[in-house]
Amino acid sequence: MTLREQIQHVIDDEPVAVFIKGTPERPLCGNSMRALQALRNAGAPITAVDVLPDPQIRQELSALSDWPTIPQVFVKGELLGGADITEELFASGELGRKLDDALGPEREQVVKTVAVG
Amino acid sequence: MAIETIRELLAGAFPDGAVEVVDRTGGDDHFHVTVESSTFHGLSLVEQHRLVNRALSAPLADGTIHELRITTKGRP
Repeated sequence: MTLREQIQHVIDDEPVAVFIKGTPERPLCGNSMRALQALRNAGAPITAVDVLPDPQIRQELSALSDWPTIPQVFVKGELLGGADITEELFASGELGRKLDDALGPEREQVVKTVAVG
Repeated sequence: MAIETIRELLAGAFPDGAVEVVDRTGGDDHFHVTVESSTFHGLSLVEQHRLVNRALSAPLADGTIHELRITTKGRP
């Protein structure tokens, strides 16, 4: 599988996929931290991919999402946005409603990290 | 100055818009841009931010912008 196909699989298969710099335990960028915090506060399950190990990951991701910056949050395969949008949607309550609609209100809040490449 | 370039690019892309650009760290590479424009009316947040990212694609691609925060506001 190519790198781009691996990235696409994570986006398609994971309920909430988030591409960040670092890991959920140790985010290495303020914006990645902001997105993770908003997702946690909204009770989202989180599948994180660290883009730092290989610059190709970020290139391929941005090519397929048409989104230039990190982090990038996907819910059920659809781009939710970056840190600003994730925070904004959490603050307005819309993030919680979106997650309820997409994943059901009684979702398990599992946090995991997967590697690509 | 990158901040001037960003202001000009956003003003060009959103001619009816109110554009505010803040240098968050004083280093001329971490910015918070706020754009209020009728262009955003009826668009999702992702679509609104895409328009801003597109207007700033050159400074985003060449590293002039190291970090970008975006706030968009629609106008009826």
